[in-house]
Parts: sequence; structure tokens; C-alpha cells
Amino acid sequence: MSIWIESDLCDGCRRCVKACPYDAIAIEDGKASVLDRCTNCSACLAECRNEAIKSDAVPKEIPDFSDYQGVWVYAEQRDGVLAKVTLELLGVAQELAEIRKQNVCAVLLGENVGNLAEELIRHGAEHVYLADDKSLCQYRTLAHVKILDTLIREKKPEIMLIGATHIGRDLAPRLSRRVGVGLTADCTALSIDAEEKILLQTRPAFGGNVMATIANRYSRPQMATVRPGVMEVRPKEKNDGVITRLDVQLAESEIKTKVLEVFQEKRKHTSITDAKVIVAGGRGVNGEAGFDMLRSLAEVLEGEIAGTRIVAEQGLIPADCQIGQTGKTVRPELYIACGISGAIQHRAGIMNSRYIMAINKDPEAAIFKVADWGIVGDLHDVVPELIEQLTPETK
Amino acid sequence: MNILVLIKQVPDTTDVKLDPKTGNLLREGLKSIMNPEDRHALEAGVRIKEAEGGKVTVLSMGPMQAIDVCTEAIGMGADEAVLLSDRAFAGADTWATSFTLGKAVETIGDYDLILCGRQAIDGDTAQVGPQLADYLDIAQVTYVQEIESLDSTHIVVKRSLENGYERIDCQLPALLTVINSLNTPRYAHIGRVIDACKAKARIKVLNAADIGVMTSQVGLEGSLTHVVKTFSPDFKRQGKLLNGPIKESISELLKQISKSDAATSCKAFAASCELP
Repeated sequence: MSIWIESDLCDGCRRCVKACPYDAIAIEDGKASVLDRCTNCSACLAECRNEAIKSDAVPKEIPDFSDYQGVWVYAEQRDGVLAKVTLELLGVAQELAEIRKQNVCAVLLGENVGNLAEELIRHGAEHVYLADDKSLCQYRTLAHVKILDTLIREKKPEIMLIGATHIGRDLAPRLSRRVGVGLTADCTALSIDAEEKILLQTRPAFGGNVMATIANRYSRPQMATVRPGVMEVRPKEKNDGVITRLDVQLAESEIKTKVLEVFQEKRKHTSITDAKVIVAGGRGVNGEAGFDMLRSLAEVLEGEIAGTRIVAEQGLIPADCQIGQTGKTVRPELYIACGISGAIQHRAGIMNSRYIMAINKDPEAAIFKVADWGIVGDLHDVVPELIEQLTPETK
Repeated sequence: MNILVLIKQVPDTTDVKLDPKTGNLLREGLKSIMNPEDRHALEAGVRIKEAEGGKVTVLSMGPMQAIDVCTEAIGMGADEAVLLSDRAFAGADTWATSFTLGKAVETIGDYDLILCGRQAIDGDTAQVGPQLADYLDIAQVTYVQEIESLDSTHIVVKRSLENGYERIDCQLPALLTVINSLNTPRYAHIGRVIDACKAKARIKVLNAADIGVMTSQVGLEGSLTHVVKTFSPDFKRQGKLLNGPIKESISELLKQISKSDAATSCKAFAASCELP
């Protein structure tokens, strides 16, 4: 299969260049030409007004999937506690199921976890498949894959959602291969296409620099892992779900792994370039005591501490936590600038942050011009109040 | 012990420049590197070989320029490299990729252990490792942060969890995906790199026919998922300034954050506060 351009028809309008996700079309002498890195993805075809882009691709036939019904959620639990993402998945599953006029089901695996089924029902599951067995005491890849594979083949759900956690990202790819379906990782948005009625899965790609919407047309269930913290929990008033217990027959020899021990650790510090949340301080922070306060905020948000060149030179933060032109460039999900005026050299290091929040006494401070949210006030009053309002006990 | 290490050549996405006007990604001038976590996988493979004896073969898939990472891998201590390169492989999703790699592994033959990075920085999916393990029907452990011990039939590793780790005893042959805390990778030995460049025989290039796959099974055609559209994330700043009394400003701020379409970060922000 290949894609080529009839240069007689091409007027060099560049629409295809813009449409190409792989940067594989260039304009040479006023005509578009396809470069070697073209992957034949066909995204350019519809963009051309002159029908100058040709492809010899034969459209793949989409099989009839009308017997696949239901939106399923993998109920992740550890030590008898449901992962928060499970409830979030049930939230979005309800939305998808409403549009598709189908049921929401959860699959729960573990030992002595029957009590969690009620919680799943209260959060949107109409049907819970429960596998309760000693061999499922701890999460083990092949045990969960086998049970889910058998169940999916028998019940034929249309959509299967799994949290993008350390367990989910271990399980989902292996399960998808076993069932024989496509899988989209780490989705941040899910919707149903109005015409095709298929699941549209949106995820960040290329280090978060590009968003891609992906479809899974040729296999069922349409499977996706979903990032924790993105979807909304939607508790249900009705409380009348059905629980079906599954018969579990697993031999240790087919599971191939044993969990010897599980250790809980205090949170490890990550490098600021990998941090999801960064609390940064500048000249406006009042010495050691001020930074201790910022550290407590970072602790609450499970983020990392950083700062400007000035505070790094004063030794208030380690040199490798300096952000800006002469320091590091960061791209956290949330950047909280405290007492930072926002000099251009500092801004250069933070512009790729997803969201920026600033706290500063001076309403004219440059940092507010690049912030999503700004609070005008003394950070020594604002930060403690922020910590207090963020701490669950006081909510 | 026969060890296979999967490596991928990727654009250095940590060094991406955005077009200041459109906010689009500028692909020109992006450096190509060996995927960072794959480097740790290779280091682990070479260390096992040094301790236990055996052979390290690296396997990569990509355009011909990926020969660079194969050469570098030999410089770091791999014995041989196999590069899968064919236009038919282009545009593959993880389903088609794991199938192609699986066929290549079967072509290469015997192995006890397959090592790869947890995920590549261009796609971030973390799917190919487990999918390959399933294709080959061998055990897997993902997110490996430490290899404690191994013998000819078992390996004991620490697998990283969100809030700690678990120790796992795993049967061999197995596939492990590793994270960067596993080790500190060595630099390529320049003499070995030169040798690798001169003696080209140690890097084998295989195409679709060599591994016995049909073009309809691989690349974009063999894929089950497809990109419908791509777009730049909306990075426009909202510039909301809250000027009132601090207490009210903050509750207003938290309200705005939770209401806004500031999906991931801000709900994660809210969620992180609800953790026990």
C-alpha cells in the first residue's frame, strides 16, 4: 500500500502538510510530495480539495459486532481496598452506557472481596462479576488475564475500561493480545462517535506535546486504559445491582509468578523534570521557614519543590532544582509559582507546564500574565490557607 | 544465558520545541536517541552476561537510521544486533508491533530472558512488552526496579508500585520491562563502536519476508487501532486574577480548578488531596 500525489492536480495549498501527523509531506517547487517517513495513515486524503492525493489502499471491512453489548470496568483493588480510578471508570462508563443504551458491568477479582461489590454497585455498576479465590489474593498478571479472557469471550462486552495504574498497565496489554483486540493507553477523554457509534479515545502522545484521538474499529471489545484522576466519580442513588460469582479454576503452574512480599514506602522524590506538580519559590519567599511551608504544600500535593536562580544561589534549594534559562525546563501538569515575579529567564523554563498558578503580592507581576490562575496576596498568608483548604479533614 | 534486549530509536521528546505562533510541534531538528529506559534494560542484560556468561542480542524495529542505536548498543556491550526494517512495518500500532517482534524473536531462536524499557518516550504506551510476552506465551514482570537474583529457571525481582514495591519470583523464560532506577547505564565503548561500524556482519537487517510475515499482518494494515486525528493541546492561559480576601479567593480558586476543563492536572490535583 502507498500514497502518492498527482502533481498535475496539486496547487500547493499546504492543507495536506498541515493535516499530516507525521510531518511526512513537504512542498517542493510549489507541489506537495510524500516523504519517506510517510506511514500511509491516510489522514491527508480527505483534506485535499483537488483530489490530488491518491492511495491504493483497499478499505478494510468492518465485521458485524452487533452481538457485543455492555460497558465493562476492571475493578482494581489491593488488600481489599478499591483503587480510586475504579470508581472514576464507573463514572465515565455510566455516561458511555447511557449513550449506547447498554449496561455497566464491573469485574472484581481477589480473595474475600465480596463486600466491595456493593461499593461498585453504589458507584454505577449494574452487574458485578466476582471471582473470589485464594489464588487471587494478590494481583498476578496471568491469573487475572485468564479469568478476564474467558469471561470476555463468553459475555462479549462492547467496551472494556481499565485504570492506567501499575496494575492496569501490566494487565491491559497482555489481556488485549490474549483476547485479540486493539488497545489504547492512558486516555484522558472518551466519547462515542455520533455516526459510527464507536468509542473515540483521546490521549496525549509525543511526550504530551500532541493529543491524538484513536479509534478501535476492527475488534471488540474496544479496550482502553484511562489515566487516574481524569474522570468523574458518579455515585448512583439506586442500589440494585446483580452479583454473579465466577467459578475459579487456576493452577499455580499456569500463573508462573509468586509474590514473595509487598513493601510500602514513603513517597520517593522524583526529579523536577518528571514531576507532575511543582511548587516553586522565588525572591518573595521568606528564607528557610518560607521554604518549609512550600515543602508542606508540595507534600500535600505529592509534588516537588523548586525555585528561581536567586534562591538556588542562596542555597535555599538544591542547584538541580533551579528552573529557568540557566536551570531546568519543566513540564509538570501544575506549576505553582510562589513569590516569583516572572522574569523572562524564569518563564522560559515553565512555559510547557500544563497549568500555571501564581501567588504574588504585586498585582502587576509579570508572572500573572502567563498564569491560568493568580492569587494576589502575601504567600505567607495564602499558602497556609491553601494547605488548610486542601487537607481533607477540614473539608 | 541467552538474553534479548528490545531497543527503540525515538525522537528526544524531552527537548521538543513548539512553534511560538501556532503552538504546533516542531519536528525539524529533533535529535534521535536510544529510548532512555531501553538503555537501562540493555545495561541490565550486559551485567547479567558479565556475571553469568551467555550472549546479549539486541532487537530493534524502525527505519534504516535505527542502525545507529544498534551500533551504540554493541558499543555498550551487546554481542549482536538485529534490526527489523521494511516500509511495510511503518505505522504499526502496538498490536502489529508486538506481532512483528514476536515473529522476529521466533526467527532469532533461543532465549531465556527478554528485557525492554517500560515504555518509549514517543508513544508512552507501555504495551508492546506485555503484548510480546503474551504472543510468546512466557511470564512477564513490568516496572522492574531491581533484579535480586537469577538461576537457570527463575528470576527474583522487585516490581515498583505506586506506593512501594513487591518482590516477585518469576519463572524463566520471561520478559521484564524495566524502569530507570534499575541501574546506571554505561557509556558506549568507542573502540567497540568502531568495530561495530567496520564489521557490519554483527548487525543483521531483516525485512518482512525474512521473518515470514505478510505485509497485511504488519504496519498500518496489520493494526487494529488507528489515529483519527491529532491536535495540539490547548495551552492558552486563562489569566484569572483573584484579588479578594485570601480565604474567599482560595475557595473560589479551588472551585474554578475543579469546574474547569483543566482535566488531568487539576482533578489529579484535587484527587491527590483526597488520598488517605
